[in-house]
Amino acid sequence: MNEWLLIALMAVVTYLPRYLPFALAGRIRIPARLEQALDFVPIAVLTAIIAQASLYRGGELDLTLGNYHALAALVAFAVALATRHLFATIAAGLIAFALLKLLV
Amino acid sequence: MHTPAKQLWLGALETLPLVVAAFPFGIVFGAMAHTGGLDFAVTLGMSAIVFAGASQFIAITLLAAATALPVIVMTVFVVNLRQMLYSANLMHHVEPWPHWLRAVLAFFLTDETFAAVTDRLNRHPEQEGLRWFYAGSALFMYSFWQISTVLGYTLGERIPGLADWGLDVAMIVAFVGIVVPALRQRADWACAAVAFSSALLTYDWPHQTGLLLSSLLAITVGMAVAGRSS
Repeated sequence: MNEWLLIALMAVVTYLPRYLPFALAGRIRIPARLEQALDFVPIAVLTAIIAQASLYRGGELDLTLGNYHALAALVAFAVALATRHLFATIAAGLIAFALLKLLV
Repeated sequence: MHTPAKQLWLGALETLPLVVAAFPFGIVFGAMAHTGGLDFAVTLGMSAIVFAGASQFIAITLLAAATALPVIVMTVFVVNLRQMLYSANLMHHVEPWPHWLRAVLAFFLTDETFAAVTDRLNRHPEQEGLRWFYAGSALFMYSFWQISTVLGYTLGERIPGLADWGLDVAMIVAFVGIVVPALRQRADWACAAVAFSSALLTYDWPHQTGLLLSSLLAITVGMAVAGRSS
């Protein structure tokens, strides 16, 4: 595969969603239904990625306590619920992961 | 008091915590790209030209799984739809900007800069100089993304197996940190629950199509639940 072609196409599909609404500012209004659907995009896409990345390790579903990625994600989830703070969530998840790696 | 220079500086300063959180991403991205056999120019080129953390991770992960190019591009497009929402949210505020400036600054609309800019808009709605604040945040984030990419690639070269240390956990926990505060209503939780279960059930679908379908299904369910409760 041509990697530069991939980069060029990625650049297009990354830039256009960022730019189009800016370009249309002052000219159109987004339909309410579409805006509502877009509202769910981060939750839907990121949660799907989290699920696969944390529970499938090495191509296999790993629901054991040996899956430190899933345990770190659980810790992060708990801290995020309690604090709603991005930085605290990342720090707690990474510390939990490091401790598991080093101590267990 | 609100000189361009001061707004540039403030924009950078208020993006700092998010830049710190994104830095390990960049390192892991660089290291993973090295492990995946991408050469240095392609790796830095992707960070410099695409400049989208999640998309870049997905692209190199899918590349390593020998995914077809159109599927990678489609997946990246879907992942980037959230930036479209960001952009749509800021439409009203960029109206006074000249078109060339909108075209330039749109390129830099990341999660981090959007978060910093909306935070400023919430705290100082009437303050002048948003374009400078935005530019300061954007350039700061951009510079550090390039630096972390180079550092990650270099470390990946010197420390064999760096990409296998499990540092991709940084991406997972940061996504958790972005998603959880967004879970406000029942519809949001329903959307997340569907995305989570569906993604697990469709993991082995070819070319990550399960990720796409799960997202669309979850959005549909979220809207249905929101429609019923309103």
